[in-house]
Amino acid sequence: MSVSTIAEFIAVLLMLIGAIMALISAIGIIRFPDIYTRSHAATKSSTLAVLLTLLGAFLYFATTTGFVSVRLILGIVFVFITSPVAGHLITRAAYRANVKLADTTIEDELADVLKEKQQKEGK
Amino acid sequence: MINIMLTAALVLFAIAILISLCRIIIGPSLPDRIIALDMIGVHLVSTIAIISVIFQTTAFLEVILILAILSFISTIAFSKYIERGVIIERKHDR
Repeated sequence: MSVSTIAEFIAVLLMLIGAIMALISAIGIIRFPDIYTRSHAATKSSTLAVLLTLLGAFLYFATTTGFVSVRLILGIVFVFITSPVAGHLITRAAYRANVKLADTTIEDELADVLKEKQQKEGK
Repeated sequence: MINIMLTAALVLFAIAILISLCRIIIGPSLPDRIIALDMIGVHLVSTIAIISVIFQTTAFLEVILILAILSFISTIAFSKYIERGVIIERKHDR
């Protein structure tokens, strides 16, 4: 086995680990009880899946053809920055639209803070 | 060996996309469906990366960046529509 074959194998292994991570996040999005836990599963683990897969593709092209793709690096950075922001925005919009929490939720601290703020503004 | 691993990764991504499609169909509220759509977009990006490795071509790498940008913009537009009711607000001082 040459060095190129080993690097190729590692790149493809990274992509396979990314695919398994994507399957775990999909199981999370179908099994969790309410939207906040679902967004927890959907943003974190699918971001990691995409990062691993794009890193594997980058390593594959860099070792087999010697082509260092700037677009893949930009894609990795962009997904890493924007995916948590998208999750934050959807969760905030869901809370403002009064989507119910799960029945097993013990306390909702944001509701208390918002109520106190409304009382202060009312005075 | 490498071909088997790439095909397995592609099949796993397809299963993940199908499961989030189930969440889009049965999702009780609108933000559930938007989260599942965002996840499908993110998984399509990595599917395209795997397909470009299988085909041994670097011609599809622009698609990855553009699909990531479009998925982010559409998610932001949907969440702003849920929160405010409009996507592009008008100016009040005219």
